[in-house]
Amino acid sequence: MSGHSTYQPQSPFMQWLERRLPIASLVYSSFIAYPTPRNLNYWWTFGGILSFMLGVQIVTGIVLAMHYTPHVDYAFKSVEGIMRDVNYGWLLRYVHANGAAFFFAAVYIHIARGMYYGSYKEPREVLWILGVILFLLMVATGFMGYVLPWGQMSFWAATVITNLFSAIPGVGGDVVTWLWGGYAVGNPTLNRFYSLHYLLPFVIAGVVVLHIWALHMVGQNNPTGVEPKDEKDTLAFTPYATVKDGFFLSVFCIVYAFFVFYIPNYLGHSDNYIMANPGQTPTHIVPEWYYLPFYAILRAIPSKLLGVTALAGSILILAFMPWLDTSSVRSANYRPLYRQFLFIFFLSVIGLGYLGSQEPTGGYVVAARILATYYFAFFFVILPLLGIFEKTKPLPNSISESVLGGAK
Amino acid sequence: MTSLRTIGALALAASLSMLGMPAASAQDAPPRQTWSFSGPFGIYDQAQLQRGFKIYREVCSTCHSLNLLAFRNLSDPGGPGFTEAQAAAIAATFQVTDGPNDQGQMFQRPGGIADSFPPPFPNDNAARAALGGKLPPDMSVLAKARAYEWGFPTFIIDAFRMYQEDGPDYIHAILTGYEKPPAGFAVPPGGQYNKYFPGGAIGMPKPLSDGQVEYTDGTPTTVDQYGRDVAAFLMWAAEPKLDERKRLGFQVMLFLIVFAGLLYFTKKKVWQDVAH
Repeated sequence: MSGHSTYQPQSPFMQWLERRLPIASLVYSSFIAYPTPRNLNYWWTFGGILSFMLGVQIVTGIVLAMHYTPHVDYAFKSVEGIMRDVNYGWLLRYVHANGAAFFFAAVYIHIARGMYYGSYKEPREVLWILGVILFLLMVATGFMGYVLPWGQMSFWAATVITNLFSAIPGVGGDVVTWLWGGYAVGNPTLNRFYSLHYLLPFVIAGVVVLHIWALHMVGQNNPTGVEPKDEKDTLAFTPYATVKDGFFLSVFCIVYAFFVFYIPNYLGHSDNYIMANPGQTPTHIVPEWYYLPFYAILRAIPSKLLGVTALAGSILILAFMPWLDTSSVRSANYRPLYRQFLFIFFLSVIGLGYLGSQEPTGGYVVAARILATYYFAFFFVILPLLGIFEKTKPLPNSISESVLGGAK
Repeated sequence: MTSLRTIGALALAASLSMLGMPAASAQDAPPRQTWSFSGPFGIYDQAQLQRGFKIYREVCSTCHSLNLLAFRNLSDPGGPGFTEAQAAAIAATFQVTDGPNDQGQMFQRPGGIADSFPPPFPNDNAARAALGGKLPPDMSVLAKARAYEWGFPTFIIDAFRMYQEDGPDYIHAILTGYEKPPAGFAVPPGGQYNKYFPGGAIGMPKPLSDGQVEYTDGTPTTVDQYGRDVAAFLMWAAEPKLDERKRLGFQVMLFLIVFAGLLYFTKKKVWQDVAH
């Protein structure tokens, strides 16, 4: 997608096609000859893993949709029908449900890698913002997918999350009624969630194309954060990146398959095997694990409006990272202080995740407030100040120097 | 610099540890049982599922429905192992409502193999009316709809242990957990004390007692054994494809591990002359 292709079609047919639709040279320049920094580590394989997971979710989702009934009276039963009477329906459903979890696990690693190596910095701001948009789309898609089996957690998660919009001053109540398509979460809500859950993955696929386009415009970052200078710094995408991505994808799939085949319900909540009952609130409403840190931030703040603002802000703030970070050095390998603060940030997100799964009482709220404060302080205070005060380590002159010189 | 990280980790640990344990609830942790279907190669024990079905049929089915199962499921592979003829014979002992017929009337007829298990009550309100306001839950996915919060760090260890038997452990615990209430525990009217039930007061009277259901294979007829057998049966009802899942899972894991190994060596070969 970038630069001039060196692809030379050999066969008469390919030459004929090349003059009419240069798709072969596009593939060649994007996925074969495309130069990748030679020092990429395994943290860089998660982009490919995420593309694979999107494919898995779309393929299994399309087949599941053939057997699913989006109606409050039949949704739960149709999901159980998939588990019992559809050939390999149990496999499709477990692959899809655990697939969502592994999709999120991969995206969190992908984001963390970007934060560690400064992949959000100039000239990759648009690439990074497209990534934040992708993450937001994933959050929306995953949430609506969780509602579809119409179990107790589906129903009550839908109720809690849609109710967040009632915090909008003035029009909140009307917005919620509009989202529900009624005066409570009901059949119209389930129907529109199903429709959007089917639509959004294709929107994600579209934004992924933009994300990859932007990536191929600016090139990949690398562990040193120093831009490739000449051909010695890079290797062709195929075979080098392809085989490395392929190997680590298969390692990722081993863990994924372990969950699908041996502990398929480990990441789910047992209450979601109880059919939705609007008359009975579960003792403890919790979202899926991948939303828990944000849920903890929401509950840490006593005011509903502020809590919702913090919830939305905790994700949107990522989009402003390129400008909040004032340092000119990309990689945390050369930023000793940033590296420490970033690890504390990762720990506080994990801590928030644990707190999000617990009852919001007593010490838990206090701890959630401490960690949520750190979460925002990291972006608003630490990132801007570090660029001014941090003494960074000397950067290598080039990637090949760092690789061949035996340096880190 | 590492000291900064240490301070951060300590601060996190401190903020987590000062939470203390959640308030002790009246619910005891269900003791973990040994199940034939646990672990990577676990499969259902056909004889146990047949005994469990006998208990469901003679005891539980008086109040609890099994809506999502059909009689044909009794002869499905990986299940209790009844033959199709046996499943049909069992179905014929149940009366199911069919219709409307040509006269527009609903009518009763003996069940066939394609019929679902008929519910014990015509509707939820009829069940409540007959049982003092309590609605017995449907048992089709009950074994996956019940769990106990083990908390940190057990929940992490359980992933490696492949522990997915929360439901049957809980069901067995409930069936064996009827006791005299501890001093000071006020059992609400119409309730029973059960130390494994959340809150301690369960609506269901003690359903099983020793010797209540006859076993023909010499298995001890104790409440403990009944509880184990019916919990295994309900696990099968909730997860009928477990045997198939674990069998396929082993093949998939084997393939993936070999495939990843081959790719690893391919990667090594491709990268061997490249400094990186």
